[in-house]
Amino acid sequence: MSYEITSLCVNCHACMDVCPSDAINAGARTFVIAASDCTQCEGDYAVAQCASICPVEGAILNEFGEAANPPGSLTGIPPQRIAELVAQGIL
Amino acid sequence: MLDGTIKAEASAGCTQVSCGSSKDHVDQLPDAIRDRVKNHPCYSEEAHHHYARMHVAVAPACNIQCNYCNRKYDCANESRPGVVSELLTPEQAVRKTLAVAASIPQMTVLGVAGPGDPLANPARTFETFRMLSEQAPDIKLCVSTNGLSLPDCVDELMQYNVDHVTITINAVDPEIGAQIYPWIYWNNRRMRGVKAAKILIERQQKGLEMLIERGVLVKVNSVLIPGVNDEHLKEVSRVIKAKGAFLHNVMPLITEPEHGTYYGVMGQRAPTQQELTTLQDACGDMNMMRHCRQCRADAVGLLGEDRGEEFTLAKIDALDVDYAAAMETRARVQADIEAKRAQQKVHVETLKEQMKAANGKTLFTVNGLTLQHKTSLSQPAPMVAAGRTEETGLPAGLRSVQMAVASNGQGLINQHFGSAREFMIYEVSPRGARLIGHRKTAQYCTGPVNCGDGDAALPETIDMLRGCEVVLCSKVGFKPWDQLEAAGIIPNGEHADKPIVPALMAVYAELHASGALDRNLSARSGQQTASA
Repeated sequence: MSYEITSLCVNCHACMDVCPSDAINAGARTFVIAASDCTQCEGDYAVAQCASICPVEGAILNEFGEAANPPGSLTGIPPQRIAELVAQGIL
Repeated sequence: MLDGTIKAEASAGCTQVSCGSSKDHVDQLPDAIRDRVKNHPCYSEEAHHHYARMHVAVAPACNIQCNYCNRKYDCANESRPGVVSELLTPEQAVRKTLAVAASIPQMTVLGVAGPGDPLANPARTFETFRMLSEQAPDIKLCVSTNGLSLPDCVDELMQYNVDHVTITINAVDPEIGAQIYPWIYWNNRRMRGVKAAKILIERQQKGLEMLIERGVLVKVNSVLIPGVNDEHLKEVSRVIKAKGAFLHNVMPLITEPEHGTYYGVMGQRAPTQQELTTLQDACGDMNMMRHCRQCRADAVGLLGEDRGEEFTLAKIDALDVDYAAAMETRARVQADIEAKRAQQKVHVETLKEQMKAANGKTLFTVNGLTLQHKTSLSQPAPMVAAGRTEETGLPAGLRSVQMAVASNGQGLINQHFGSAREFMIYEVSPRGARLIGHRKTAQYCTGPVNCGDGDAALPETIDMLRGCEVVLCSKVGFKPWDQLEAAGIIPNGEHADKPIVPALMAVYAELHASGALDRNLSARSGQQTASA
């Protein structure tokens, strides 16, 4: 299974630059990982590079289809706090 | 070597940067450095009235996370660092730069500042620099960086004549850094906590040292975060000065919750203008920059303005730029500007000599606004009130007052309150008036989240003026007039089209005469405290 980029991607190019397999390219709306080229960085690095540099929580799914960086894991903002601000119409 | 000269000559003190004389901080630099920065609007308070800059957004990727940044944000209507409308390829960036340089001949500086970290995008950033150094050798190139990749990039930067680099350094203590940077991408891993901050800080310091060794001018940006690095920034200033940075730019944290940054969302407050000024003053003998407008990573034009909309990709595609011809025009326009600046300087010096000869005192300070100096000193009429100040002498112990000014430039109070996109904030005391910063109005952002027409923005604009006791503009409408008064801010339209500093001194003298200076601000309006 390959890693995958979701619609949360902000097109920052960072993952494309660090992918050891050149598996990532700019797609129509977000960057896209070519499943056939993704090696999950096995043999190159201990951890998947795209997931290690991506700044957006939930933008990259691992080989199990789970968010590699779940809500709160990168910014430190509790997901509950985001929900409150969304409910208040602030975010 | 450079280090030594800066230390020897730049020690006149940041408290004198914009007060006590008409000199701006650039005048205090050694000649060799002054020549290199005198046409750089971001480095010289005086130059930013004459010369324009632009940023090209070719660098989207970043290798660290800062708690004041949200990588998801992209808004056409907002003005702050890290925000852009349109990402460019290096080829597009070069085309845009040539188009802008041909249309705005006073554009002297091209910077790559984001929206991510330029040196985390080395291929795109350096390709842009390489093409520009070939095709537009008359444009100065700059780059700003968080410093993590800097030591690896120094030699390549040198190849493209990048002789100005800005490093953002918010801490030199990893314990404090860890409260600002949640993670860095380093050695193919995401690293967190104090360990990560320690690496980032070491890389920043190493990069700074390498640049100084090679004679590159380094400015350091720091974001002032109350309760996190406020006290610590004095130490940062001391360290970077000792290493040879030539300018320190302490900027206030921007922390609106709707921006979705960690600090914004978690309720970290921004510093008050007073806190910012106090810290800048406390940074002792480092050259401090006080006219930064915290602009977007794709801003175009004079500081404080953004003409980016005129140069979108769609628009520049239609332009056919003859850069060789443009370069001749640019050289001519810039030579005219220089001639005018030299003339103004001589004029001001002469006037100052005359004033000194007349009574041995300098009347007021002008923050490098030489035109304003010239107008105010050569026209006796607007000087009456300020003259009285001079003759009678205000008691030295009077408290200082912050005043806001709406101006379109030329050193005049010539803008309607409702049209102002930003206000200049002055600190006025018996010793004179000095510019301590600029604040953007709520109107500056017209995006969908918190923005709207002028009326809706009014409470936010008034809130933004918190701490100011008077706002001077050419006109104020009835509604804002009432609301300003209710907020404890005196609207003043009596000095329309008059030079700023004499008007401020006149208003200050009136405040003194009315007894208003006997009361402190918090007693009057209870608003000196920071917003949460």
